[in-house]
Amino acid sequence: MKKSAHKVLLAIALLSLASTASAVDGMAVLQKDCVACHDIKGPAPQTLQALWDRKGPDLFYAGNKYRQEWLVSWMQKPVRIRPAGEFYGDHIKPGAKGDEIDSSTLTNHMAITESEAVAVAAELMKLKPNDELIAKEKIEPGTISKMMGEMNFDKFQGCMACHLIEPEYGGFSGPEVYTAAQRLQPEFIASFIRKPQAWDPKTWMPNKHVSDQSIQKLVQYLQVIGKESAHAK
Amino acid sequence: MLNKLLFAILLASSFHVLAGETGLDNYKTYCIQCHGMEGNGKGINVRDMSVIPRDHTDVKSMSARSDDELFKVIKEGGASISKSNLMPPWGETFSDEEIKDLVQHLRELCKCKYGS
Repeated sequence: MKKSAHKVLLAIALLSLASTASAVDGMAVLQKDCVACHDIKGPAPQTLQALWDRKGPDLFYAGNKYRQEWLVSWMQKPVRIRPAGEFYGDHIKPGAKGDEIDSSTLTNHMAITESEAVAVAAELMKLKPNDELIAKEKIEPGTISKMMGEMNFDKFQGCMACHLIEPEYGGFSGPEVYTAAQRLQPEFIASFIRKPQAWDPKTWMPNKHVSDQSIQKLVQYLQVIGKESAHAK
Repeated sequence: MLNKLLFAILLASSFHVLAGETGLDNYKTYCIQCHGMEGNGKGINVRDMSVIPRDHTDVKSMSARSDDELFKVIKEGGASISKSNLMPPWGETFSDEEIKDLVQHLRELCKCKYGS
Protein backbone atom coordinates (compact mmCIF):
# COMPACT_ATOMS: atom_id res chain seq x y z
CA MET A 1 0.00 0.00 0.00
CA LYS A 2 2.72 2.38 1.07
CA LYS A 3 4.77 1.46 -1.97
CA SER A 4 1.96 2.15 -4.42
CA ALA A 5 1.27 5.55 -2.78
CA HIS A 6 4.91 6.43 -3.37
CA LYS A 7 4.59 5.44 -6.99
CA VAL A 8 1.55 7.66 -7.44
CA LEU A 9 3.35 10.59 -5.85
CA LEU A 10 6.35 10.02 -8.08
CA ALA A 11 4.14 9.90 -11.15
CA ILE A 12 2.44 13.18 -10.17
CA ALA A 13 5.79 14.83 -9.52
CA LEU A 14 7.12 13.68 -12.91
CA LEU A 15 4.00 14.84 -14.71
CA SER A 16 4.09 18.31 -13.20
CA LEU A 17 7.80 18.59 -14.00
CA ALA A 18 7.10 17.66 -17.60
CA SER A 19 4.32 20.22 -17.97
CA THR A 20 6.49 23.01 -16.52
CA ALA A 21 9.30 22.16 -18.86
CA SER A 22 7.17 21.98 -21.99
CA ALA A 23 6.62 25.27 -23.85
CA VAL A 24 3.22 26.92 -24.13
CA ASP A 25 1.34 25.75 -27.22
CA GLY A 26 1.08 28.97 -29.24
CA MET A 27 -1.46 27.59 -31.66
CA ALA A 28 -3.69 26.51 -28.79
CA VAL A 29 -3.58 30.05 -27.35
CA LEU A 30 -4.33 31.50 -30.78
CA GLN A 31 -7.31 29.19 -31.21
CA LYS A 32 -8.59 29.87 -27.72
CA ASP A 33 -8.08 33.62 -27.35
CA CYS A 34 -7.47 35.22 -30.75
CA VAL A 35 -9.60 33.77 -33.52
CA ALA A 36 -12.86 35.32 -32.34
CA CYS A 37 -11.56 38.71 -33.58
CA HIS A 38 -8.60 37.85 -35.84
CA ASP A 39 -8.56 35.77 -39.00
CA ILE A 40 -5.59 33.40 -38.99
CA LYS A 41 -6.63 31.47 -42.10
CA GLY A 42 -7.53 34.03 -44.79
CA PRO A 43 -8.50 35.11 -47.31
CA ALA A 44 -9.00 38.80 -46.51
CA PRO A 45 -12.56 40.19 -46.76
CA GLN A 46 -13.84 40.15 -50.33
CA THR A 47 -17.05 42.06 -49.63
CA LEU A 48 -17.93 45.13 -47.59
CA GLN A 49 -20.05 43.02 -45.27
CA ALA A 50 -17.02 40.86 -44.47
CA LEU A 51 -14.93 44.00 -43.99
CA TRP A 52 -17.44 45.52 -41.57
CA ASP A 53 -17.59 42.25 -39.64
CA ARG A 54 -13.83 42.20 -39.09
CA LYS A 55 -13.07 43.01 -35.46
CA GLY A 56 -9.28 43.10 -35.56
CA PRO A 57 -6.45 43.10 -38.09
CA ASP A 58 -6.10 39.91 -40.13
CA LEU A 59 -3.29 37.75 -38.80
CA PHE A 60 -3.14 35.14 -41.54
CA TYR A 61 -0.14 36.95 -43.05
CA ALA A 62 1.36 37.97 -39.70
CA GLY A 63 4.73 36.40 -40.57
CA ASN A 64 4.98 38.65 -43.63
CA LYS A 65 3.93 41.72 -41.70
CA TYR A 66 5.11 42.01 -38.11
CA ARG A 67 8.43 42.18 -36.31
CA GLN A 68 8.50 39.24 -33.96
CA GLU A 69 10.05 41.11 -31.01
CA TRP A 70 7.36 43.75 -31.24
CA LEU A 71 4.61 41.11 -31.20
CA VAL A 72 6.11 39.54 -28.06
CA SER A 73 6.25 42.82 -26.23
CA TRP A 74 2.93 44.28 -27.44
CA MET A 75 0.84 41.23 -26.61
CA GLN A 76 1.93 41.53 -22.98
CA LYS A 77 1.10 45.24 -22.79
CA PRO A 78 -1.29 46.01 -25.63
CA VAL A 79 -2.10 49.63 -26.48
CA ARG A 80 -4.42 50.98 -29.14
CA ILE A 81 -2.86 51.44 -32.61
CA ARG A 82 -5.98 52.37 -34.59
CA PRO A 83 -7.46 55.44 -32.87
CA ALA A 84 -10.94 54.66 -34.23
CA GLY A 85 -10.65 50.88 -33.95
CA GLU A 86 -11.72 48.42 -36.59
CA PHE A 87 -14.00 48.86 -38.45
CA TYR A 88 -13.59 52.62 -37.94
CA GLY A 89 -17.13 53.35 -39.20
CA ASP A 90 -18.54 51.50 -36.18
CA HIS A 91 -16.69 53.71 -33.71
CA ILE A 92 -17.52 57.25 -34.80
CA LYS A 93 -20.46 59.55 -34.16
CA PRO A 94 -21.52 62.99 -35.34
CA GLY A 95 -20.43 65.76 -32.92
CA ALA A 96 -20.90 69.51 -32.58
CA LYS A 97 -17.84 70.35 -34.71
CA GLY A 98 -17.97 67.26 -36.90
CA ASP A 99 -17.57 63.51 -36.52
CA GLU A 100 -15.72 62.27 -33.48
CA ILE A 101 -14.48 58.96 -32.14
CA ASP A 102 -17.06 57.22 -29.96
CA SER A 103 -14.76 55.84 -27.25
CA SER A 104 -17.64 54.10 -25.50
CA THR A 105 -17.72 51.56 -28.34
CA LEU A 106 -14.00 50.75 -28.25
CA THR A 107 -12.74 47.81 -26.24
CA ASN A 108 -9.22 47.22 -24.97
CA HIS A 109 -7.14 44.35 -26.30
CA MET A 110 -6.54 41.49 -23.88
CA ALA A 111 -3.01 40.89 -22.54
CA ILE A 112 -1.26 37.54 -22.31
CA THR A 113 1.73 36.35 -20.28
CA GLU A 114 5.32 36.50 -21.49
CA SER A 115 5.55 32.76 -22.16
CA GLU A 116 2.25 32.84 -24.04
CA ALA A 117 3.35 35.88 -26.04
CA VAL A 118 6.63 34.19 -27.04
CA ALA A 119 4.77 31.07 -28.15
CA VAL A 120 2.01 32.95 -30.00
CA ALA A 121 4.51 35.23 -31.77
CA ALA A 122 6.53 32.20 -32.90
CA GLU A 123 3.37 30.64 -34.28
CA LEU A 124 2.28 33.86 -36.02
CA MET A 125 5.66 34.27 -37.69
CA LYS A 126 5.05 30.98 -39.50
CA LEU A 127 2.07 32.49 -41.34
CA LYS A 128 3.61 33.74 -44.58
CA PRO A 129 1.27 33.30 -47.54
CA ASN A 130 2.50 36.50 -49.19
CA ASP A 131 6.23 35.80 -49.53
CA GLU A 132 5.98 36.65 -53.23
CA LEU A 133 4.79 40.19 -52.52
CA ILE A 134 7.54 40.67 -49.94
CA ALA A 135 10.21 39.35 -52.34
CA LYS A 136 9.35 42.11 -54.82
CA GLU A 137 10.45 44.81 -52.37
CA LYS A 138 14.03 45.89 -51.90
CA ILE A 139 14.71 48.35 -49.12
CA GLU A 140 17.60 50.64 -50.07
CA PRO A 141 19.96 51.61 -47.27
CA GLY A 142 19.72 55.29 -46.42
CA THR A 143 17.86 57.80 -44.37
CA ILE A 144 16.01 61.06 -44.75
CA SER A 145 15.80 64.17 -42.61
CA LYS A 146 12.66 64.35 -40.52
CA MET A 147 11.68 67.60 -42.24
CA MET A 148 11.99 66.25 -45.79
CA GLY A 149 10.34 63.00 -44.79
CA GLU A 150 7.42 64.80 -43.24
CA MET A 151 7.01 67.02 -46.27
CA ASN A 152 6.84 63.94 -48.50
CA PHE A 153 4.45 62.10 -46.18
CA ASP A 154 2.16 65.05 -45.47
CA LYS A 155 2.26 67.34 -48.46
CA PHE A 156 3.33 65.29 -51.48
CA GLN A 157 1.56 62.03 -50.66
CA GLY A 158 -1.19 63.27 -48.32
CA CYS A 159 -0.86 60.27 -45.96
CA MET A 160 -1.40 62.36 -42.81
CA ALA A 161 -5.04 62.72 -43.84
CA CYS A 162 -5.69 59.31 -42.28
CA HIS A 163 -2.60 58.52 -40.17
CA LEU A 164 -1.19 60.07 -37.00
CA ILE A 165 2.50 60.92 -37.42
CA GLU A 166 2.72 61.83 -33.74
CA PRO A 167 0.24 61.26 -30.93
CA GLU A 168 -1.47 64.58 -31.54
CA TYR A 169 -1.11 65.19 -35.26
CA GLY A 170 -2.77 63.57 -38.25
CA GLY A 171 -5.87 61.55 -39.09
CA PHE A 172 -7.68 58.83 -37.18
CA SER A 173 -9.17 56.29 -39.58
CA GLY A 174 -5.89 54.48 -40.24
CA PRO A 175 -3.35 53.03 -37.82
CA GLU A 176 -0.89 55.45 -36.18
CA VAL A 177 2.36 55.45 -38.15
CA TYR A 178 4.83 56.85 -35.61
CA THR A 179 5.13 53.29 -34.29
CA ALA A 180 4.90 51.60 -37.70
CA ALA A 181 8.63 50.90 -38.02
CA GLN A 182 8.69 49.28 -34.59
CA ARG A 183 5.74 47.08 -35.48
CA LEU A 184 6.23 46.21 -39.13
CA GLN A 185 8.82 44.71 -41.44
CA PRO A 186 10.09 47.39 -43.85
CA GLU A 187 9.33 45.26 -46.91
CA PHE A 188 5.73 44.93 -45.74
CA ILE A 189 5.43 48.70 -45.34
CA ALA A 190 6.76 49.19 -48.88
CA SER A 191 4.54 46.51 -50.36
CA PHE A 192 1.38 47.72 -48.61
CA ILE A 193 1.97 51.30 -49.77
CA ARG A 194 2.63 50.06 -53.32
CA LYS A 195 -0.60 48.09 -53.52
CA PRO A 196 -2.78 47.93 -50.41
CA GLN A 197 -5.42 45.91 -52.28
CA ALA A 198 -2.94 43.09 -52.95
CA TRP A 199 -2.98 42.47 -49.19
CA ASP A 200 -6.50 43.49 -48.34
CA PRO A 201 -8.84 43.99 -51.34
CA LYS A 202 -11.44 46.03 -49.44
CA THR A 203 -9.06 48.11 -47.28
CA TRP A 204 -9.96 51.80 -46.88
CA MET A 205 -6.38 52.73 -47.73
CA PRO A 206 -6.22 53.77 -51.39
CA ASN A 207 -3.48 52.93 -53.88
CA LYS A 208 -1.89 56.34 -54.48
CA HIS A 209 0.46 55.02 -57.19
CA VAL A 210 3.49 56.07 -55.17
CA SER A 211 6.75 55.88 -57.13
CA ASP A 212 9.57 53.50 -56.12
CA GLN A 213 11.68 56.41 -54.97
CA SER A 214 8.90 57.89 -52.86
CA ILE A 215 8.15 54.51 -51.29
CA GLN A 216 11.80 54.34 -50.16
CA LYS A 217 11.49 57.85 -48.72
CA LEU A 218 8.29 56.95 -46.88
CA VAL A 219 9.89 53.83 -45.36
CA GLN A 220 12.92 55.88 -44.30
CA TYR A 221 10.71 58.55 -42.76
CA LEU A 222 8.72 55.97 -40.79
CA GLN A 223 12.02 54.58 -39.51
CA VAL A 224 13.09 58.06 -38.39
CA ILE A 225 9.86 58.81 -36.51
CA GLY A 226 9.70 55.22 -35.24
CA LYS A 227 13.11 55.57 -33.57
CA GLU A 228 12.13 58.91 -32.11
CA SER A 229 8.93 57.49 -30.65
CA ALA A 230 10.78 54.46 -29.22
CA HIS A 231 13.25 56.79 -27.47
CA ALA A 232 10.44 58.93 -26.10
CA LYS A 233 9.00 55.94 -24.21
CA MET B 1 -38.36 22.43 -55.88
CA LEU B 2 -35.86 23.01 -53.11
CA ASN B 3 -33.03 22.57 -55.58
CA LYS B 4 -34.53 25.19 -57.86
CA LEU B 5 -34.88 27.60 -54.97
CA LEU B 6 -31.27 27.04 -53.91
CA PHE B 7 -30.14 27.55 -57.48
CA ALA B 8 -32.08 30.81 -57.69
CA ILE B 9 -30.55 32.06 -54.44
CA LEU B 10 -27.09 31.09 -55.60
CA LEU B 11 -27.61 32.84 -58.91
CA ALA B 12 -28.93 35.99 -57.24
CA SER B 13 -26.05 36.15 -54.79
CA SER B 14 -23.46 35.68 -57.53
CA PHE B 15 -25.05 38.52 -59.49
CA HIS B 16 -24.73 40.65 -56.40
CA VAL B 17 -20.98 39.99 -56.24
CA LEU B 18 -20.58 40.71 -59.95
CA ALA B 19 -22.54 43.93 -59.64
CA GLY B 20 -20.20 45.23 -56.92
CA GLU B 21 -21.17 47.18 -53.88
CA THR B 22 -23.80 49.94 -53.77
CA GLY B 23 -22.91 53.63 -53.87
CA LEU B 24 -24.24 54.13 -50.35
CA ASP B 25 -22.26 51.20 -48.91
CA ASN B 26 -19.05 52.31 -50.60
CA TYR B 27 -19.64 55.87 -49.43
CA LYS B 28 -20.07 54.85 -45.80
CA THR B 29 -16.99 52.64 -45.94
CA TYR B 30 -14.47 54.80 -47.78
CA CYS B 31 -15.71 58.39 -48.10
CA ILE B 32 -17.01 59.21 -44.62
CA GLN B 33 -13.55 59.02 -43.06
CA CYS B 34 -12.99 62.52 -44.51
CA HIS B 35 -16.31 63.70 -45.93
CA GLY B 36 -18.21 62.79 -42.78
CA MET B 37 -21.02 60.46 -41.77
CA GLU B 38 -23.50 63.07 -42.99
CA GLY B 39 -21.50 64.01 -46.07
CA ASN B 40 -20.95 67.51 -44.70
CA GLY B 41 -17.14 67.48 -45.07
CA LYS B 42 -16.59 67.04 -41.33
CA GLY B 43 -15.19 63.52 -41.07
CA ILE B 44 -13.01 62.28 -38.19
CA ASN B 45 -9.85 62.92 -40.21
CA VAL B 46 -10.25 66.63 -40.92
CA ARG B 47 -8.85 68.19 -37.74
CA ASP B 48 -5.29 68.68 -39.00
CA MET B 49 -5.95 68.93 -42.74
CA SER B 50 -4.63 71.94 -44.64
CA VAL B 51 -7.55 71.69 -47.08
CA ILE B 52 -11.00 70.84 -45.76
CA PRO B 53 -12.85 68.10 -47.69
CA ARG B 54 -15.77 69.05 -49.91
CA ASP B 55 -19.17 69.34 -48.23
CA HIS B 56 -21.23 66.99 -50.40
CA THR B 57 -24.47 68.53 -49.20
CA ASP B 58 -23.49 71.96 -50.51
CA VAL B 59 -25.63 72.63 -53.59
CA LYS B 60 -23.57 75.55 -54.86
CA SER B 61 -20.21 73.78 -55.10
CA MET B 62 -21.62 70.38 -56.04
CA SER B 63 -23.78 71.70 -58.87
CA ALA B 64 -20.68 73.43 -60.24
CA ARG B 65 -19.13 70.01 -61.01
CA SER B 66 -20.23 67.79 -63.87
CA ASP B 67 -20.77 64.06 -63.36
CA ASP B 68 -17.68 63.44 -65.50
CA GLU B 69 -15.58 65.65 -63.23
CA LEU B 70 -16.88 63.85 -60.13
CA PHE B 71 -16.10 60.51 -61.78
CA LYS B 72 -12.59 61.70 -62.59
CA VAL B 73 -11.81 63.07 -59.14
CA ILE B 74 -12.95 59.84 -57.47
CA LYS B 75 -11.03 57.62 -59.87
CA GLU B 76 -7.86 59.69 -60.26
CA GLY B 77 -7.77 61.87 -57.15
CA GLY B 78 -7.89 65.59 -56.34
CA ALA B 79 -4.70 66.43 -58.26
CA SER B 80 -6.33 65.26 -61.51
CA ILE B 81 -8.68 68.24 -61.44
CA SER B 82 -6.13 70.61 -59.86
CA LYS B 83 -7.50 70.10 -56.36
CA SER B 84 -5.87 68.86 -53.15
CA ASN B 85 -3.96 65.57 -53.20
CA LEU B 86 -5.45 64.85 -49.79
CA MET B 87 -8.24 63.44 -51.95
CA PRO B 88 -6.61 60.21 -53.13
CA PRO B 89 -7.31 58.26 -56.33
CA TRP B 90 -9.74 55.39 -55.72
CA GLY B 91 -9.34 53.69 -59.09
CA GLU B 92 -7.81 50.57 -57.56
CA THR B 93 -10.54 50.34 -54.95
CA PHE B 94 -13.67 50.76 -57.07
CA SER B 95 -14.75 49.49 -60.48
CA ASP B 96 -15.90 52.15 -62.98
CA GLU B 97 -19.44 50.93 -62.39
CA GLU B 98 -19.09 51.50 -58.64
CA ILE B 99 -17.71 55.00 -59.24
CA LYS B 100 -20.74 55.82 -61.40
CA ASP B 101 -22.97 54.67 -58.54
CA LEU B 102 -20.98 56.88 -56.15
CA VAL B 103 -21.51 59.88 -58.43
CA GLN B 104 -25.24 59.14 -58.30
CA HIS B 105 -25.01 58.91 -54.52
CA LEU B 106 -23.33 62.34 -54.43
CA ARG B 107 -26.21 63.73 -56.48
CA GLU B 108 -28.63 62.35 -53.91
CA LEU B 109 -26.62 63.91 -51.06
CA CYS B 110 -26.59 67.39 -52.59
CA LYS B 111 -30.06 66.95 -54.10
CA CYS B 112 -28.64 68.70 -57.11
CA LYS B 113 -27.53 68.26 -60.71
CA TYR B 114 -24.75 69.83 -62.73
CA GLY B 115 -25.62 73.43 -63.56
CA SER B 116 -28.77 73.47 -61.44
